[in-house]
Amino acid sequence: MINLQSASVNYENKIILQDINLHINAGETLALVGHSGSGKSSLLKLLYENQKFNSALIPQEYGLVLSLSVFHNVFMGQLGQRPVWYNLLNLVKPLSEPVAQIKNILQQLQLEEKLFEPVAKLSGGQQQRTAIARALFHDGKILLADEPVSSLDETQSQLVMSVLCSQFETIIFSLHDVDLALKFCDRIIGLDHGKIVIDGPARDLNRAELLKLYA
Amino acid sequence: MPDNEIIFHHSKRWKLSWLFIGIAIACLAFADLSINTFDPLAEFYRMLSGLLQPSLNSVSDPVDAFLQTVAFALLGVALGCISGFFLALLFRFKLVRISCALLRSVHELFWALIFLQIFGLHPLTGLLALAIPYAATFAKVFAEIIEEGDHRAYNAVRNHADFVSAFFYAQLPDLWNHFITYTSYRLECGLRSSAVLGFVGLPTLGYYLNTAFLEGEYSEVWALLILFYILIASIRYWIRPKLLPIYLIVAPFIISNDSVITFANVSRFFTHDIIPSPLRQNESIVSLWHWFSELFINEALPGIINTLLLTQLALVLTGVVALLWFPLISKLFVGRFGRTLGNSFLIIMRSTPEYILAFILLILWGPSMLPAVIALTLHNAAIIAHLMGRYSNNLKLRPDASHGYSLYLFEIVPRIYGQFLAFLFYRWEIIMRETAILGILGIATLGFYIDSAIADIRFDKAMVLIAITALLNVGVDVLARTIRNQLRLKTTVECA
Repeated sequence: MINLQSASVNYENKIILQDINLHINAGETLALVGHSGSGKSSLLKLLYENQKFNSALIPQEYGLVLSLSVFHNVFMGQLGQRPVWYNLLNLVKPLSEPVAQIKNILQQLQLEEKLFEPVAKLSGGQQQRTAIARALFHDGKILLADEPVSSLDETQSQLVMSVLCSQFETIIFSLHDVDLALKFCDRIIGLDHGKIVIDGPARDLNRAELLKLYA
Repeated sequence: MPDNEIIFHHSKRWKLSWLFIGIAIACLAFADLSINTFDPLAEFYRMLSGLLQPSLNSVSDPVDAFLQTVAFALLGVALGCISGFFLALLFRFKLVRISCALLRSVHELFWALIFLQIFGLHPLTGLLALAIPYAATFAKVFAEIIEEGDHRAYNAVRNHADFVSAFFYAQLPDLWNHFITYTSYRLECGLRSSAVLGFVGLPTLGYYLNTAFLEGEYSEVWALLILFYILIASIRYWIRPKLLPIYLIVAPFIISNDSVITFANVSRFFTHDIIPSPLRQNESIVSLWHWFSELFINEALPGIINTLLLTQLALVLTGVVALLWFPLISKLFVGRFGRTLGNSFLIIMRSTPEYILAFILLILWGPSMLPAVIALTLHNAAIIAHLMGRYSNNLKLRPDASHGYSLYLFEIVPRIYGQFLAFLFYRWEIIMRETAILGILGIATLGFYIDSAIADIRFDKAMVLIAITALLNVGVDVLARTIRNQLRLKTTVECA
């Protein structure tokens, strides 16, 4: 499905990624791990550029519109699937069909009571779950998620990860929490200084091995 | 003795400021700043006595004057705002940017003079005179607001959504308040512009002011001006989002009159009036060149020189006065009561259009550059002082900061000077545009020659002179932007 061969990324004369060879099959749940600055986010961005027309994205900085409600932010996941007039009408007055669908999604994320609350009034964790809901509303089979649970507590992280894994066929996470990676993913890629240093099935890897990346 | 002596260097800002002051002093030598009236003090006392007994008795229809002023302002700004918004979306195209810069560089009074020839006193004249330059300014400022906004949400949805949906969902909501703030600020400007359009014959406030001034009826002048200040100071009470649609529906009925646009007039303007006379009479290229060079040497050149002289003098004086005035509304220098007084003073100064200030001073002092310099300074310094004062109120000082003039010189001015220069250079082009306009009052800037050409029914000359004025404005705008970038000065849109 995705195939990168000796891919490199430079930014202002600094090497961000070098000599990346990566083949990802449909149906895989994959985690990119490594310390901050190792190139996880850059690799995720590169993969997204590759797949941007058919994949949902949860960016690290959420990309939310603060003055709009949770409902409208989540609705943005399907802007492309509907005609302009429908979108504009729904902006002025929330329409019953998407309201019902989005309520459903928010229930899974325990956020339904914030449906019509402006995003600016939400906490960091609630904002993150709004971005997650937007990706869930986006009817895609592929998800790219950059640290999707960084602002959530232990229980919520587990909940969100399992919801995401059940809804999308192919997922590429960027995660700094190696336990979540081991628990929810079937393949793990370790990055260090812009290079792939680990690539293998999660069942063959253990916590101690992965934690070396952070030393 | 240390080997290499450490030398004190002045900052770029310091050198630049003195350069401008030096230029202004050099300009002084060439500028005519005399007082020509026989007894300015007596006239001043007559004005003052008018202030003490304002009256509307002999104004034929004061209610209509204000209704017309408000209706033209609302419609002109609304039309400008909507077209400016769409132009802002196209602002990445160079052609749009250049056209907007050119349209913006022609003052609304010049637009009015042009449209008066085409449409006569039809309401379209006032409407377009306001809407065209306002649309170009809105386009520029809206484009800046969009560019400086947060693009992350937009980028996240743009890949799979159409442009319109993505814009309305992911970009507009977070920028909405900036748009509203700027538009309401421009509405205040629109009221001033609309009032001034009366001076060239439209039925707004300026028309009645002009008559009252010329008849020396100062009690009426003051009554109209005081009502105008109240109108502007109370904008936020009568402009309500819910009332706006009603206003906009009623306004066209207020400005409509029974004059009709004749096609003959329109076509004569484009096919005859503005064609340079040698071409019109089928003369040779040589005589066209002769016509142009004569126009350039006898009218454009003296106009350009006087416009530049006046602009540089007014710019520097504006800066000096703004630095002296901003403490009037600053918490750091004045108590609550003093600030209220200071605020009222600055509001009156900035609500009075330069044109009207210049008109008053011209009556007192006679035609020279003096009334124009002072009028430009009072108006623009009040605007900059207002912005600086507000800016200084947000400064955090150490608890043991000094007081009085050492506080002013060592703590405050150095901190706000960059912002101050940014505002001042932002207004450079605006001051120049106004300088040209004041020529209509008889000060020999470009506006004087444009107005004379129109009075002599020589629109071919007037159009060339207007084009030269526009290019001069664009030039100053580019220069000001270069300086702002060089010194890394940032402005907010509010001082446009």
